[in-house]
Amino acid sequence: MIKKLVVVMGLAVGLVLASANAGAQKLTGAGATFPYPIYSKWFSEYSAAHPGVEINYQSIGSGGGIRQITTGLVDFGASDGPMTDEQLAASKLKLIHIPTVLGAVVPIFNVTGVSDLRFSPDVLGDIFLGKITSWNDPRIEKDNPGVKLPNETINVIHRSDGSGTTYIFSDYLTKVNKDWANGPGKGTALNWPKGLGGKGNEGVAGLVRQLPGSIGYVELIYAMQNKISFGAVKNVAGNWVKGSIEGVTEAAASVKQIPADYRVSITNAPGAQAYPISSFTWLLVPIKAPDTAKGKVLKDFLNWMITSGQSEVSNLYYAPLPKVVADKVLKSIYSLQ
Amino acid sequence: MPGSLKKVIVPLSETNIPRPDVSIEMRTMEVALPEETTTSPEQTRPVEASVVRKYLLSRGNSAIADKSFKALMAICAASIFGIVVLIASELVISSQLSWHKFGLEFFYKLNVDPDTHLPTFWDPVAGTFYALPFLYGTLVSSLVALVIAVPLAVGSAIFLTEMCPKLLRGPLAFVTELLAAIPSVVYGLWAVFVLVPLLREHINPVLMSIFNSEIAVKTLGWTGLVGETGLFGGVNYGLGMLAAGVILAVMILPIISSLTREVMSAVPHSQREAALALGATRWEMIRMGVLRNARIGIVGSIILGLGRALGETMAVAMVIGNRPEISKSLLSLGHSMSAVIANEFSEASDNLYLSALIEIGLALFVVTIIVNALARFLVWMVTRGVPARVN
Amino acid sequence: MKMATKPNLHSKYRSAVDQLATGLAVAATLLVVAPLVAIFVYLIFKGASSLNLAFFTHVPKPVGETGGGMANAIVGSAVLLGVASVLGIPIGIGGGIYLAEYGRGTKFANAVRFTADVLNGVPSIVMGIAVYSLIVIPQHHFSAFSGGVALGIMMIPTVTRTTEEMLLMVPNSVREAALGLGVPNWRSVLSITLKTASPGVITGCMLAFARVAGETAPLIFTAFGNQFWSASLNEPIAALPLQIYVYAISPYDEWHRLAWGGALVLIILIVLAVSLVRYVTSRGILKGAS
Repeated sequence: MIKKLVVVMGLAVGLVLASANAGAQKLTGAGATFPYPIYSKWFSEYSAAHPGVEINYQSIGSGGGIRQITTGLVDFGASDGPMTDEQLAASKLKLIHIPTVLGAVVPIFNVTGVSDLRFSPDVLGDIFLGKITSWNDPRIEKDNPGVKLPNETINVIHRSDGSGTTYIFSDYLTKVNKDWANGPGKGTALNWPKGLGGKGNEGVAGLVRQLPGSIGYVELIYAMQNKISFGAVKNVAGNWVKGSIEGVTEAAASVKQIPADYRVSITNAPGAQAYPISSFTWLLVPIKAPDTAKGKVLKDFLNWMITSGQSEVSNLYYAPLPKVVADKVLKSIYSLQ
Repeated sequence: MPGSLKKVIVPLSETNIPRPDVSIEMRTMEVALPEETTTSPEQTRPVEASVVRKYLLSRGNSAIADKSFKALMAICAASIFGIVVLIASELVISSQLSWHKFGLEFFYKLNVDPDTHLPTFWDPVAGTFYALPFLYGTLVSSLVALVIAVPLAVGSAIFLTEMCPKLLRGPLAFVTELLAAIPSVVYGLWAVFVLVPLLREHINPVLMSIFNSEIAVKTLGWTGLVGETGLFGGVNYGLGMLAAGVILAVMILPIISSLTREVMSAVPHSQREAALALGATRWEMIRMGVLRNARIGIVGSIILGLGRALGETMAVAMVIGNRPEISKSLLSLGHSMSAVIANEFSEASDNLYLSALIEIGLALFVVTIIVNALARFLVWMVTRGVPARVN
Repeated sequence: MKMATKPNLHSKYRSAVDQLATGLAVAATLLVVAPLVAIFVYLIFKGASSLNLAFFTHVPKPVGETGGGMANAIVGSAVLLGVASVLGIPIGIGGGIYLAEYGRGTKFANAVRFTADVLNGVPSIVMGIAVYSLIVIPQHHFSAFSGGVALGIMMIPTVTRTTEEMLLMVPNSVREAALGLGVPNWRSVLSITLKTASPGVITGCMLAFARVAGETAPLIFTAFGNQFWSASLNEPIAALPLQIYVYAISPYDEWHRLAWGGALVLIILIVLAVSLVRYVTSRGILKGAS
């Protein structure tokens, strides 16, 4: 028995050691769930086109992405909420934000017999603040003339993890709703006045699908892929806009001068058809990679992402980077070490 | 069970077969032995090495090999010690930050926001961390689990040890063992897709209509357990404390059941026979002869089940709703100590946040140690000196 | 007449209570078995339909696309369990040998025994935190190795305690016989005592193995997950339970399908292990494991 045990263990060790040096260039990244669909497509395609390169991306949430790249446990992070100055200062590695795509955060709902809803900014804020508790509240009815709203309790669904989607959504609410600005404020994780938490965009979409009477917020593609109804939001120009690539692109166009570190908020942007809850999403990349070989692979990937990768983002309901931004980003990538 | 078959190991050298001269060959045999043999000194107390052995040990010429082998084994044993010490010290060191900031209040303070007068326990943006809702969630979901699991587990243990036809005993015991082998995440998967919808659509409405009915409110309103603010008030999400409690109950059933079986089996047969001889019915025999003698051990097994429920992570994280809130209603959402670590540990963005999570982990560690030690002690009280009978 | 009916009524009452108690015990047993049946029926019903060749041979497809499998997670789990066994089984058996053969009755052995029980009760998520702080942070990356260590540590107490119990059941005369023939003590422990107790010891190892095979919590921040093939100890690695968790809380039907398939595979593996244990113990030499 002992001999057998030794043989089995020897085999196990051998197997493990043999596979240890497969020779592939492996990178690990972690962070935002908001761009996860496009990232997982990019990484899988890039790996297919470049044998030997594998970029493992785990969508653990933007807060996690910031945390893990700050402690240096992953090769790059990803976030939809830009890092704060303190966070940048606390990081072991000097980091740069590389914008990748733009997306829209949409209010999704699961209301019996209703497939289309409109939300004015203050109503949206008050729903998430818990001030409006029923779907047939007169304020919701006022926004939606002709829609038959049921007498159903509103179940608010938010993120349980640190999230860039939460950041974008709360950044928007902070701009349009005073009570929100004085209450929960903006951040990747909030002290929510109401509701239940789902993990990741996936978790929120999953809960909204399962729970009648619920409202949540997710990146556009999660609503599209899962066929969950999402509402239109009134923008600065006073038009009702549903989340769409065009709406996001118009919001992005409102940025005339993008700052050198790319940290810019485009929520509540002006423009007739601009979608108000839009945002860039960023990869958090060390300016000087601790492992030069990995740094080189990452640089190559980023180049590919800005040049070839952008062409397919609209298939997944993201908006590509505007030309001006893309050109500037290319230069930044070139300066990476 | 006089005259029952007991499989024991008997080396060939102990039987009448002539001893093989040099090589020692072990074979196994099945021998019928009367019950008493198993309680012979050699079986229960193999602790005392005989004089022969001592002599033989002192005589060998492989002293160095023996000593180093012994040292190696001692290192293995000590490493267990080392691991626990390492874990404990790591948890203590890493939780210093939060400990110094919040002190003991971390565990019991009902923190209220000065502006809004709403309770805020866990606010990563403002850097406020108080663990009370997690303690509460862990405790309440575990208690719900015990309330559901204990009667079922003890009932099934009674059935299996005292009433069940022999033919069924093995398979049924096996089935409960299988329940113990199902991983937490699979329970969680099943809970999310089967249990939660079932609770939301069928069970919770019934509970709500019973507990929130006018009659209940009129007659029992003073207890505070019924009505809109009672145990089953509020919004019916399906997810929440009750769902977590039910799935935990399923998970701790096999632990309580199998240990209770063991404890009940350890009760001497004379107790049962005495009760029966006095004309007791089977139930009276079980109640007076078995349960009364095994009660301490049963309590021990329940506490052991509690220990498991307190630390359970994945299934709870998937159904409890992940909301740090304290509410009387079992239908409300909650959070638990282990679930908050699983959800937030990899993304705690600053050191205080991380330290607070580790402090919750430390609390969990200490509590489970105490609960387990207590349970082991109680089980040991009953089963000591009695060879475990296994089905 | 009165004298005759009164005890009669009473005995009727007593036998009614007896019947009631029997009924309740049967009902309780049925309720214990019910969730198991429910879980298995659902697993087989949902899982079997999603098992196909691709499931065992392909890596996951990008989010939202149909097809793909969990092959990398199955391999990943195998690697993690390999590391865990290499670490946990020898240390566990060694500890058990010490307790049974050398440390009987000593204070040190009692302390070790108690610590092993304590370690057994430590929630797996706490183990994850400890390994994260002790291995992941110093190593500067998530890795299969750290995940394997976390699982390995969890195996040790079960293996130690069963090994000890099994060794204690070996009669002293066996040890003496070996020593009497001039076999060195260490040799007698390994080749005679341990070998005699081997079915029970293997049982302990399998039980520990089955227990950690389904562990998810300690892997979240150690093994971390990976959507590519990886068997390297130095890289993050996929694991079946971890993948099931991620898929279960996602909104995609395709991923739910994979989660059920993965759960079925995991359960089959574990049930096989447990059944094997039961088979070995029921016909083996030593009973009394678990």
